[in-house]
Amino acid sequence: MRSPSAQPKRSTAASIRRLLSEAYPERWSFAAAIAVTLGAMLAGLAMPLLMRRIIDGPVASGDLTTLLWLSGLFLLAGAIEAGMFYLRRRIIATPVTMLEKRLRLRLFAHLQRLHLGFHDRWPSGQLLSRMGGDLSTIRRWLAMCLVFFVANGTVVITGLAILFYLSPVFGLIELVAMLPMVVISWIFEQKYKTVARRAQDQEGDLTTTIEESVQGLRVLKAFGRGKDRLKIFSAQARALRQSELHKAKLLALLWPLTMLLPEIALAVVLVDGGLQVAAGTLTLGTLVAAITICTYLDWPTRSIGWLLAESNETASAVERYYEFMDTEPSIVEPKRPKRPARPVRGLLRFEDVQFQYPGSDIPLLRGFDLELKPGETVALVGATGSGKSTAIGLVNRLYDVTGGRITLDGVDIRDLGLAELRTLVSMAFEEAVLFSASVRENVAMGSDRPVTDEEIEQALAVAQALDFVRELPAGLDTQIGEQGLSLSGGQRQRLALARAVLAKPPVLVLDDPLSALDVHTEAEVEAALRRVMVDGTALIVAHRPSTVLLADRVALLADGRITVLGTHQELLHSSPEYHRLLSTMEDDVEAEVAVP
Amino acid sequence: MTALIDTEDRTELDAAANRELGARSRKLLFSLLRPYRTRVILTLVANLVHNMAILAGPLLIAAAIDRGVPAALRGDTQVLVLCGVAYAATSILSAALHGVFVMQLNRLGQDVLFDLRQRVFDHAQRLALSFHESYTSGRLISRMTNDLRTLWDLVDSGMDDMIMSLITMVGVAAVLITLDAPLALVLLLSFIPILLITRWYRRVSVELYRATSSSMAKAIVHFVESMGGVRVVQSFRREEPNERTMDGLAGEYQSAWSRSMVTLGTFMGSIRFSGNASIAIMLLIGAYQVHDGTLQLGVLTAFLIYLRRFYDPLDDIAMFANAYASASAAMEKISGVLATEPTVADPENPVPLTKARGEVRFTDVRFRYGPDTPQVLSTLDLHIPAGQTVALVGETGAGKSTVAKLVARFYDPSEGTVSLDGIDLRDLADTDLRRAVAMVTQESFLFSGSVADNIALGKPSASRAEIEAAAAAVGAHGFIAALPEGYDTDVRKRGGRLSAGQRQLVSFARALLADPAVLILDEATSSMDIPTERAVQSALETVLTGRTALIIAHRLSTVLIADRVLVVDGGAVTEDGAPEELIAQGGAFADLHRTWLDSIR
Repeated sequence: MRSPSAQPKRSTAASIRRLLSEAYPERWSFAAAIAVTLGAMLAGLAMPLLMRRIIDGPVASGDLTTLLWLSGLFLLAGAIEAGMFYLRRRIIATPVTMLEKRLRLRLFAHLQRLHLGFHDRWPSGQLLSRMGGDLSTIRRWLAMCLVFFVANGTVVITGLAILFYLSPVFGLIELVAMLPMVVISWIFEQKYKTVARRAQDQEGDLTTTIEESVQGLRVLKAFGRGKDRLKIFSAQARALRQSELHKAKLLALLWPLTMLLPEIALAVVLVDGGLQVAAGTLTLGTLVAAITICTYLDWPTRSIGWLLAESNETASAVERYYEFMDTEPSIVEPKRPKRPARPVRGLLRFEDVQFQYPGSDIPLLRGFDLELKPGETVALVGATGSGKSTAIGLVNRLYDVTGGRITLDGVDIRDLGLAELRTLVSMAFEEAVLFSASVRENVAMGSDRPVTDEEIEQALAVAQALDFVRELPAGLDTQIGEQGLSLSGGQRQRLALARAVLAKPPVLVLDDPLSALDVHTEAEVEAALRRVMVDGTALIVAHRPSTVLLADRVALLADGRITVLGTHQELLHSSPEYHRLLSTMEDDVEAEVAVP
Repeated sequence: MTALIDTEDRTELDAAANRELGARSRKLLFSLLRPYRTRVILTLVANLVHNMAILAGPLLIAAAIDRGVPAALRGDTQVLVLCGVAYAATSILSAALHGVFVMQLNRLGQDVLFDLRQRVFDHAQRLALSFHESYTSGRLISRMTNDLRTLWDLVDSGMDDMIMSLITMVGVAAVLITLDAPLALVLLLSFIPILLITRWYRRVSVELYRATSSSMAKAIVHFVESMGGVRVVQSFRREEPNERTMDGLAGEYQSAWSRSMVTLGTFMGSIRFSGNASIAIMLLIGAYQVHDGTLQLGVLTAFLIYLRRFYDPLDDIAMFANAYASASAAMEKISGVLATEPTVADPENPVPLTKARGEVRFTDVRFRYGPDTPQVLSTLDLHIPAGQTVALVGETGAGKSTVAKLVARFYDPSEGTVSLDGIDLRDLADTDLRRAVAMVTQESFLFSGSVADNIALGKPSASRAEIEAAAAAVGAHGFIAALPEGYDTDVRKRGGRLSAGQRQLVSFARALLADPAVLILDEATSSMDIPTERAVQSALETVLTGRTALIIAHRLSTVLIADRVLVVDGGAVTEDGAPEELIAQGGAFADLHRTWLDSIR
C-alpha cells in the first residue's frame, strides 16, 4: 500500500518556525541554555588568555606571588566552563523531553479521534513512524541543534565584527568566503529535504511491512512464505538505503565545502596579512589576532553544514507530523448537541441513507430505508459484500452517511453528542478486538459508569462466557489480548458480545456476533440474548437462520437498499432472493442425511 | 528461549548478566562488520589522512608567521605565498578526503544496517509461534524500528570526530612525552579520575538507555494495539483511558530520556573539569619547576598549548561513549532476539519429499503449549490415510485447533510424533512441508496489496490465469471482478476494503492455489453467507478429491461432507467413524446433529 503522502510544500524555515511556536512555553529554558552555551564559550576563551598571563607574568619573571591567585582564576574558569557544560543539558533536558512528550500525546489523541476513513487510507507503519522516528528527530534537533544554531551564529557574527574592527579587508575576505554558503545552503535545502522526506516515507512503508509481517505471521508460516516476505522487505530496505546514501552523497559534497571555505579565507588572510605586515601597513600582533579569530570561527562555520542537514531533516519530520495533525476529523461533534428526550426509547430510523466510500465510484448504499421500533429486534441479511457491515457502522457514526440521515428517537444522530451517541448505541464486531488488559477491563469498556463484578458476570453469562472465564487462571483478572493469554476465536467473540450487552444500551448493534461459536454455544447465547433484547432495540447482521430467528423482523439488503422486510417465515416464502440466501443448503443437507 | 530475553524489561542487571549481554552484543557487532573489513580499514585510512592534513595546518601558519613574514620583510614574499598556497592545498585535500570519508562511512553504516535489518526480519520469521505469542508483535516491531534506528545514530553521530579525537590524543601524547617525560607522567595520573568517571557513566547510562528502549517498546505496543483496534476504541469511547495509558508510557520514556540527558551533562561536565583541573595543576607544577630551573620556559609553554589540544577531543570521545551506550542497549535487545533459537526449527539433514501423498499419522502425541500450562492433548493416536476428508468436531477448547496446528507444524508435539507419508514432520524441510500442507484459518489475515497478490501468496509463481482459476473455484471471481480495479484492487490495511466473508474467500483461493496434498480448514467459512458457503462446499467436493483434508467447523453442514468424523473432547478422540455411522450409533455427535437440525427448522 503506497502512502498517500504529498511532496513537501513548506519551506524548511516555515516548518521550523512552526515547531518553534510549539516550543514557545519553553522559550526561557532555551534562552537560558543558549546563554549558558555562550558562557561556556567565553570561559573557554578566557582560559588560554589566563594561561598566557601566567606564563608571561609570574613564570617568566620568576615572581611567584601572583601565581596561586592566577592559577585559582584559571581553575575557576575551568570549573565554570565544566559547570556550563553540565547546565546546558540540565536546563534543556526536561523542557525538551516534555515538549516531545506533549507532541507525541497530541498526535496519539488526534489519531484516535480521526475518522475511520483516515485510518482506512493510511498504512499503519506511516502512523507508527511519525509517532516514533519523526518525534525522535525533532527532539534531537531541539536538544542539540537549536541551541548551537543560535550560539554558533552569535559567535560567527561576533567574530566577523571583530575581524572588521581589526582590518576591514580581513572582515571582507571572511564574509566573501561565507557568501557562497548562502547559495549552497539554498540549493542544498531543495535537494536534501526532498530526499529526507522520501527516506522518512520509505521508513514508514518499511515499518508497515514489518508490522504486517509480524501480525500476519501465522499466514506466512502456514504457506512458508517468510522468504518471499523477506524479498519484499529487502527491496524496501534497499530503496531506503538508496535514499540514505543519496543524502550521504549530498552531505559528502556539502560538508567539505563548508569546511573548505573558511580555510581558503584563512589562507588568503595569511598571505595578504603577511604582505601587509611586510609593507608595514599592519602589525604582526594584529595578524596573529586575526588568524586566531579565524581559527576560532572554524568550528561554528563548519557546523553550519551539520546544522543545515539536521534542520532539513527535522523540517520534513515536522511536516509529516502536521500532515496528520492538520487533518481535521470528519466525524465531529455537533456545534450545539441536542439531547434526546429521556428515557431514550430507541426508535432508530434510516431515512434514504446513501453511502459511498471515498475514492469509490459507486455508492454502496443507495436509498437505504429502515425503521426499528423501540424494543424491536431486526436482522439485517444480505449477500457477502452487500454493505451490511457498512450500514451498521453508520449507526454509531464510525462513518457518516453521504446522503439522507439516520435518526434516533427522531433526532439526527449527527446532532447528538458523539460520546452520548456511542453510549446509547453499543456494538459488537464480527472480528472481536480485545485489548491487552484483564478480562474485567475488556468487558467493563462497555459501560461509562464503574461497574460491579456482578454486572460483568451477568453480561458474561448472557454471552455464555462465564464458565470459561471462571476456568481461566486468574478468572476475571486474567490478562488477555496480545500481551496475555491467547483465547480462541469463539471465546474472543463471546467476550466482545459481553462487552456490548454490559450497559444494557437502548440500541444494540451486532455484526454477525456468533459466527465463531459452535452450534451448542450458539443456541445458548441466542436464548440468553433473546431475554436481554426484550428492552432494547437491536440491529443484528446475520448469515444463519438460527441468528435470524432472534429477530422480530428481517430486512434484506440488496443493491444498496432494503428490498424486502418481514418475518423470517414470510420472507422465505415471498422472496426468492431471501430464500436463496438463507435456506438452500441446510434444506439440501437435511434431505441428504435423513435422521433415522 | 526465555532465558535470553527475559532480562529485556529490566534495566539493572548484575555484573555477570551485564558481561554476558555485552559479550553477546559485541559478538553481533563484529559479525556484522567482518564482511566489510577492508572497507572499514579504507574508511579509517581516509579519515587518518584527512586528519593529518588538518594537523599540518597550524604548522603551516606557524611557518608563515615565523619565517614567511620575516622573509617578506626582507622583500622575499615567496615563502609566505608558498605557505599560503600549501595551506590552501592541504585544506582542499583534507576537505576532499572528508567527503570521501563521509560517503564511505555512510555506505558502510547503511550496508551493515541493511544486513542487520534482513537478519532480524528473517530470524523473526523463522522463530516459533510460541516465541511470538509471548514476545508480542509491538515489541518485535519496536526492535526492528526504534532499536535499529538507535544503532544508526551511532554511525550518524560523532564517529567521525571520535576517530579524529583518538588520533589527536595519541599524537599529542607522544609530543608531550618527548617534551617532558616527568610532566607527562602527571598527565597519565589525571587519567585516573577520567577513567573512573567513564566507568561510572558506562554503568549508569546503559541502564538509562535500556529504560528508554523498553519504555519506547511499551509505548509502541500500546500505539499499535490502539490503532489496530481504532474501530472499537471509538465505539466504546476508549480515547481518554487510552490517552491516560499513553501518558504514563510516554512519561516513562520522557523521564528516562530526561535522566539520560542530565547524566550525560554530568559526565561531560566532569570530564571537562578533570581536564581543566589537570591543566591547572600542571601549570602550577610547571611554574615551580621553571622557578627551580628544572624546566625550560619554552618547554612549559609548548607543553601547556598542547595540553589543551589533548583534552579538547575528550568531548568527542565522551559523546561517542554516549552514542555507544545507547546503541549497546539497543544491541542487547536485538542480539537477544537473534540469539533465540527457533524451537520449531528446520532439520539439519531433511528427508526429501517432493510429491506428498498426504498420509498423516499421530503416534502417542501429547501436547501442552508451555511447561506450566495444562495438557491440551493426551496420547493421541490417529491415522489419516491419503485422500481422506476428516472433520474434527467438539466444543471450543477441546483441542481441535491444536490438532490442526500440529499437522501444519506451528508447534511440535511435546511427546510423540506427527508424520506425513511416514516422515516425522521434524525431519521435513520447511519448503517441502509447506508445499504439502496448507491451512486456512478463521482470522484470514490479508496483507495490504492487491487481491491478486494476496491470492498469489499461496504460490508466488502463479500466473494471472491460475490466480483467477483458484478464485473462480471457490466462487470469489464474481465479487473480485466487480471491484473497481478487479484483481489489482488494493485490499488496504488488513484487507479492510473487503467484508469478512470476502476475506475468507480470498484466503480460500490462496490455499487452493497452493495445491497442497493436505488441506486444513479451521473455521474457514464461518463468516460467509449461506449461498457462498454452499458454493465453497460444492467446490470442495471436487477440490478435495485426491487430497487429504482436515476440516474444523461448527456448522454441521460442512462436517457432513467428510468421509470421517472425529469427536474431540478434553484432548482425546472420543468418537471416530463415518458421519452416518456416528449418527446411527447415538452419542455426542448424534446429539450435536440433533441440536443442529432443531436450529435450522
